Amino acid sequence: MIAQFTLAAGEEQPPLIPHPDELIIGLIAFAIVFFFLAKKLLPNINKVLEERREAIEGGIEKADAAKTEAESVLEQYKAQLAEARHEAARLRQEATEQGTAIIQEMKAEGQRQREEIIAAGHAQIEADRKAASAALRQDLGKLATDLAGKLVGESLEDHARQSRTIDRFLDELEEKAEATGVAR
Amino acid sequence: MSADPQMLAFEADCQLFTGCGFNAPGLHTFMYEPLFTVGGFEFDKPMLLAFVSSLVVVGFFWAAFSKPKVVPGKLQMVGEAGYDFVRRGVVYEIIGKKDGEKYVPLMVSLFFFIWIMNLWSIIPVAQFPVTSLIAYPAGLALLGYFLWVGLTFKKHGFVGGWKNITGYNKELGPILPLVVVLEFFSNLVIRPFTHAVRLFANMFAGHLLIVMFTVASWYLLNGIGVLYAGTSFLLVMVMIVFELFIQAVQAYVFVLLASSYIQGALSEHH
Repeated sequence: MIAQFTLAAGEEQPPLIPHPDELIIGLIAFAIVFFFLAKKLLPNINKVLEERREAIEGGIEKADAAKTEAESVLEQYKAQLAEARHEAARLRQEATEQGTAIIQEMKAEGQRQREEIIAAGHAQIEADRKAASAALRQDLGKLATDLAGKLVGESLEDHARQSRTIDRFLDELEEKAEATGVAR
Repeated sequence: MSADPQMLAFEADCQLFTGCGFNAPGLHTFMYEPLFTVGGFEFDKPMLLAFVSSLVVVGFFWAAFSKPKVVPGKLQMVGEAGYDFVRRGVVYEIIGKKDGEKYVPLMVSLFFFIWIMNLWSIIPVAQFPVTSLIAYPAGLALLGYFLWVGLTFKKHGFVGGWKNITGYNKELGPILPLVVVLEFFSNLVIRPFTHAVRLFANMFAGHLLIVMFTVASWYLLNGIGVLYAGTSFLLVMVMIVFELFIQAVQAYVFVLLASSYIQGALSEHH
């Protein structure tokens, strides 16, 4: 037992001194790992990770682009809406103005027509008056002539007759004047 | 004397109350008879495990990444998670994205290779962390060491490189010589040693504890010793879970340190 232990112990080497064979094997084993990982497998995965990153960023970029577009369209619509509102307000204003102008025009036209009618009335009245005056004058002349004829015709027969004639004439005249006054 | 102490690390017929003393596992637990010998070169179980580690890591990443897709499958997703853990969690964090990208494959390889070598500790049949043999961590630490020294001189030139390594700074005044000497030894001599030993010692100790409790469980499994054997076996289980954690942590720490050394070489100020 003891002998066997010392036998084993006798083969031991100091634990902190590396055995050259083990050192070499360890480095070879590591070199195998490093070779495959560094030359093939890690570049492989790096490429894919990069692709993935780009895919994700591409997706984000697409979403950003869509958002920007949507925003610009919204802006456009808003601008168009504002323009339309503005246009409508302008049209309303214009219509109001036009209506006012039309009313003014029609008022002026009415006024003008009224004045025309009044003026025509006045002219008619004047013409009637002138015609009446002319007719009266003619009648008066005729009456005067008649009277003068009568006076001359009766030839001064007598004063009585003469005065009766004059009275009769004056009565006629009075009647005529009354008749004209009533007619008026 | 039928059991081979090299393969079983203890004797099956040696138990409590049989008049046989406890044969504690020791350094011989880490010694293996060669499986075969080729021209004087002795090929043993840890070497086999190292190659199987390569096979596992390459095989996994081959399955995951050989035909990668933009929309990943399950295996590729797991692979990407592991890859991203080292790339972002370690390299980008420590060295930075711009300078670090070049070292990502090295760090990813280191992390998974070391992790799988550690993991053998709790895999049935394998049951041995390859990194508990100093040569394996030492080889990897030396790689990092040469890379660090090479980068330092490449980046800063001969004089600048030495200034970087020794922490030369005129403002230090009279303690400058002391700092230079200490930094020289600390960086150039002790650093690769501690880098390798940190991993080695953790895995060594973990394996020793698991073997210790396993051997003890069997040794105590006789008569009233059953109760003690149960406790010992429970500790084996606890240690296995604990080791699972430590294995990943040590692989992470190793890569973290390697990255920080490279970052030190690339940075302008020491």
